[in-house]
Amino acid sequence: MKPAPFDYVRPGSLEEALQALAGHPEAKVLAGGQSLVPLLSMRLAAPAVLVDINGLPDLDHVRADADGVRIGALARHAQVLRHPGVAQVQPLVALALANVAHATIRNRGTTVGSLVHADAAAEMPMVLRLLDGSVDVVGPEGRRTIAAPDLYVGPLESSLHHDEIAVEAHFPALAAHTGVAFEEIARRHGDYAMCGVAAVVTVDGDRVVSAKAGYLSVSDIPAVVDLTDALDGKISDASLARAADAALAVLDPETDIHATADYRAHLARVLTARVVTAAYDNAREEKA
Amino acid sequence: MSTEQIHEIRLNVNGVDHEAAVPARRLLSDALRHDLGLTGTHVGCEHGVCGACTVLVDGQPTRSCLMFAVSAVGSEITTVEGLARPDGELGPVQQAFRECHGLQCGFCTPGFLTTITAGIAENPDPTEEEARDMVAGNLCRCTGYQNIVKAVCRAAEIAREGGDAL
Repeated sequence: MKPAPFDYVRPGSLEEALQALAGHPEAKVLAGGQSLVPLLSMRLAAPAVLVDINGLPDLDHVRADADGVRIGALARHAQVLRHPGVAQVQPLVALALANVAHATIRNRGTTVGSLVHADAAAEMPMVLRLLDGSVDVVGPEGRRTIAAPDLYVGPLESSLHHDEIAVEAHFPALAAHTGVAFEEIARRHGDYAMCGVAAVVTVDGDRVVSAKAGYLSVSDIPAVVDLTDALDGKISDASLARAADAALAVLDPETDIHATADYRAHLARVLTARVVTAAYDNAREEKA
Repeated sequence: MSTEQIHEIRLNVNGVDHEAAVPARRLLSDALRHDLGLTGTHVGCEHGVCGACTVLVDGQPTRSCLMFAVSAVGSEITTVEGLARPDGELGPVQQAFRECHGLQCGFCTPGFLTTITAGIAENPDPTEEEARDMVAGNLCRCTGYQNIVKAVCRAAEIAREGGDAL
């Protein structure tokens, strides 16, 4: 339960950090470390070099305005959650963050780090995909923006190059006449969820104009399913059952020590109905 | 392997600067215990689940097993050894644990004490529900949580009465 030896560098500028990464193909970026350090301790990962970016300046910002929420690479989950503008501009970010591990982990873990760790059992990658957000990365070629659908390519695998550093995430603001909801079910408070669902529903009066749901822990990569057609404009037992069918056709729950595949599928079905209904109600409140 | 690089670091723990020579992979929990001899911080699961190793880093509860000692340079660290009052008497959270029988074997206790110290500083009058939420990231396997939750509320009460700067 001790990490394998590695070389450690703590650069004082982004340029130095990029140089350190460029010089070592086996290097890994360390930010909050709340996912990385356990992987190192269990020796599931053994990078030759750790580039600790905690000393980099100007990366701990959280901004919320009409354009959405922008989160710097060194902003801790707790800091994002405390920012009063975040829940106003994009409530789903705050709803999901409150479910990220425990408060103690949120004090150190970074939201951007969680996004590029690309765990399909984690809350924030799913929310980024559901909201069509993006992550800005900086590498030797300069800065580029990776849209969420292009970010997640496999289990725990993002499309970042080894010599790039994620510097900022962007979650778009909540659209008009739109509501959101989030719920997950875990064995114990703060554990990884056996299944979690978030929904974004847009209404015109009482009619559902569009509906999407995001799923965690029931697929290899963060999953988003468009439920608009299945709902056919309305919320009813029948339409919600069709929505759950549509979702389960895409999802691929697996059995592990925490839950069977069948149980996870059951949770996905129940949570789809619950969360889509809550987002619909939320959208109608928004309107009023 | 034999040429593992050693870092000369200075850690500020409980207001005192300590020098240590550690490899980069030394967890903060191990540095506190082995290099500084501060064995009050306990190591349970060593992957961030149990909360026994929780210390305060710049006032915020943090898992010391999920942080490298080299990353803690420049931060102010508080361990359970730093929770007593300046006169050596028990601090409010420690006193509340004694009064409420909040510990039995005591293994998990240092993590609870640090977590609650920061928790009641942020929320000086927690409800029972908030008290439970405050300690939700810490596991206890023998005392049970009833008395620990009582101790949270009692600690807040003692701190309020004493007007303690925690």
